[in-house]
Amino acid sequence: MASMAQAIRLALHYAEENLGVTDIFGEDVGPPLGGVFTTTQGLKTAWNTPLDERGIVGMAIGLALAGQRPVAEIQFCDYIFNTVDLLKLAGATYWSSNGGWNLPMVLKTPVGSGIRGSMYHSHSFESEATHIPGWKIVIPSTPLDAYGLMLSACQEENPVMFLEPKALLRIRGDELIPGCPEDDRTLSKMIDAPLGDRSQWKPNWPKLEPYTVPIGSAKRVLSGTRITVVSYGRTLPLCVKSASALAEQGIDAEVIDLRTLWPYDWEQIKASIEKTGRVLFVNEDTEVTNFGEHLIRRTTDELFYRLIAPPRLLAGKFVPGIGLADNLETASVPQLGEITEAIRSLASEEP
Amino acid sequence: MNDSATTSRATRRPSSESAPLPLDRGLLIQMHELMVKARALEERLIQMYRQGHGFFWIGGPGEEAFNVPLGLLMKKGEGLDYDYLHAHYRQSATILALGEEPLGALRQMRNAATDPYSGGRNFAGHFSIKRWNVVPVSSPIEVQYVMAPGTALAQKRHGGDGITIVTGGDAGTAEGDFASCLVWSSRPNNELPILIVVANNQWGISTPACTQQGCKQISDRGKAFNIRSKTIDGNNPIASYQELQQAMAYVRQERKPFLLEALVSRLYGHSSASGANLVSNEVDCIAEYERWLEANGVLGRAQMEAVRAKWNQEMAEAARIAREEPQPGPETIWNFIYAEKK
Repeated sequence: MASMAQAIRLALHYAEENLGVTDIFGEDVGPPLGGVFTTTQGLKTAWNTPLDERGIVGMAIGLALAGQRPVAEIQFCDYIFNTVDLLKLAGATYWSSNGGWNLPMVLKTPVGSGIRGSMYHSHSFESEATHIPGWKIVIPSTPLDAYGLMLSACQEENPVMFLEPKALLRIRGDELIPGCPEDDRTLSKMIDAPLGDRSQWKPNWPKLEPYTVPIGSAKRVLSGTRITVVSYGRTLPLCVKSASALAEQGIDAEVIDLRTLWPYDWEQIKASIEKTGRVLFVNEDTEVTNFGEHLIRRTTDELFYRLIAPPRLLAGKFVPGIGLADNLETASVPQLGEITEAIRSLASEEP
Repeated sequence: MNDSATTSRATRRPSSESAPLPLDRGLLIQMHELMVKARALEERLIQMYRQGHGFFWIGGPGEEAFNVPLGLLMKKGEGLDYDYLHAHYRQSATILALGEEPLGALRQMRNAATDPYSGGRNFAGHFSIKRWNVVPVSSPIEVQYVMAPGTALAQKRHGGDGITIVTGGDAGTAEGDFASCLVWSSRPNNELPILIVVANNQWGISTPACTQQGCKQISDRGKAFNIRSKTIDGNNPIASYQELQQAMAYVRQERKPFLLEALVSRLYGHSSASGANLVSNEVDCIAEYERWLEANGVLGRAQMEAVRAKWNQEMAEAARIAREEPQPGPETIWNFIYAEKK
């Protein structure tokens, strides 16, 4: 089965062949490297840019204004912060021109911890991103969802931010990308660039089929009745693992993978909380003015009298960075043990 | 005075005039009229602000001699075959020279629902005209420089002779986006068809440029990138027209960037925030041009005064229309957040 990095690459290949994507670009995105996480290897419209994040976002806006369909990459979201006013501008362009100009563009960037990336390769960005109206923001946790969300993003008429949980990029899924060979090695031989000289290499793309995950739709990964757990990105599989282990101990948790952070699938969250009366939001961004806090606010606003216990948030510590040492990283962002404990504790909380 | 009277008088050659005119007589007269029209618009906008018919004024009085030729020389239309304009907020004279009616600018000043550029959402001078490739003007002074290479790249790939034009002020060149524009426009074997304009009025709000930037001329910065560059007198419409014509021909044909720095005036200060009062110590390009037109027998004083009177009156009438129009409804804040598939 494909890894998430391969799935994104396959989706971009499908998009440049079938969905009108004209440019896939960023630092080291084109040959020979094809992206620091290999998500853009072998793509015919991929090209390398100057080392200039503002230039990259500005180029995407300009291309979109000119009727092209760009997919731009910021190499790590830790380096996106100097583009924030351009992100705001992209989100505002359709509105400020009173419907005159829309921007069909995708901005992809790896997010989060999990690769021992220290101060500048471990940040999350979704709390900032969801504070910028006019964008749609997606974050897959499986290769197939990455494929389906990227195909949706590449058909959007608006700016879409595609957040790639970097800890999951190399993880293989258990669902088949439509049209892909099942065998890892066969797929790798077809689409992974060889080590060493790549100047003559060309990928042998499988005959892919379209598959879309609609933007705005969450996915119930586990069904349960005792407690709702809402997560996305790196922490989602940890929540599933915790919930599965707790299920054996009689704690029946429902796990929802949000997949789209804006516009998010409130109907699914709401239906689940109405059923369980308990909700834990889990993500790894710093916990102050965290996106999960918004979800808690909405939960208390709309579902207060349906709650059995306080809605809770398990998120990253509000410290200035994620330190390199193993102990520092694991103490900064939610790990499996903490998630299990948080679910267990909230599940047993009684009025 | 009507147009035919202007023309019939103007075509009468005085005996003192013997040297050939540097540009076609009709063009000289057209540029004058557009410059006056743009000035009349800006002064009307300022007046609307003073009378409480708008919250804020910012615009380009003092830049007409450069901005009018720019608009006249643009290849006007929609899509890659035509010129894209990434303007800053002092560009009304270019927009009028493109052929836009001034009523839209007055409606935007009034933040009326009928404002064709932003529906009452943005300041005066923040144009957005899709049918002519005028992309939305925004208030940050630098972001247009970093977006413009995108339209230029699309045009380079497309072929044809459409180009991208980006304009900004001298103060904005201190931002990194200006450097980005130079870098991205001149990548080896990927040079872009982009005319990079800096309208240098020597001010950043209250701060004189000479106290902040050490370069002798802003156009010198192009040299490091092998970008053809020039500094010109943007207060002279004839020189501006000729220099723009040359620079644009180069960009159109060679498909390479050109950095053009135009020295201009700022006649009513930065914006209404600094009072929007007429300054007396900067060159007024219209007054200068009118002296030249008169001395060269192109237009007489009475004709030029009549042009001024005509546009003052037309702007006053248009402003009355804008003033009476409804404001956008509060429910419209929810409009145009997301575009739907067409």
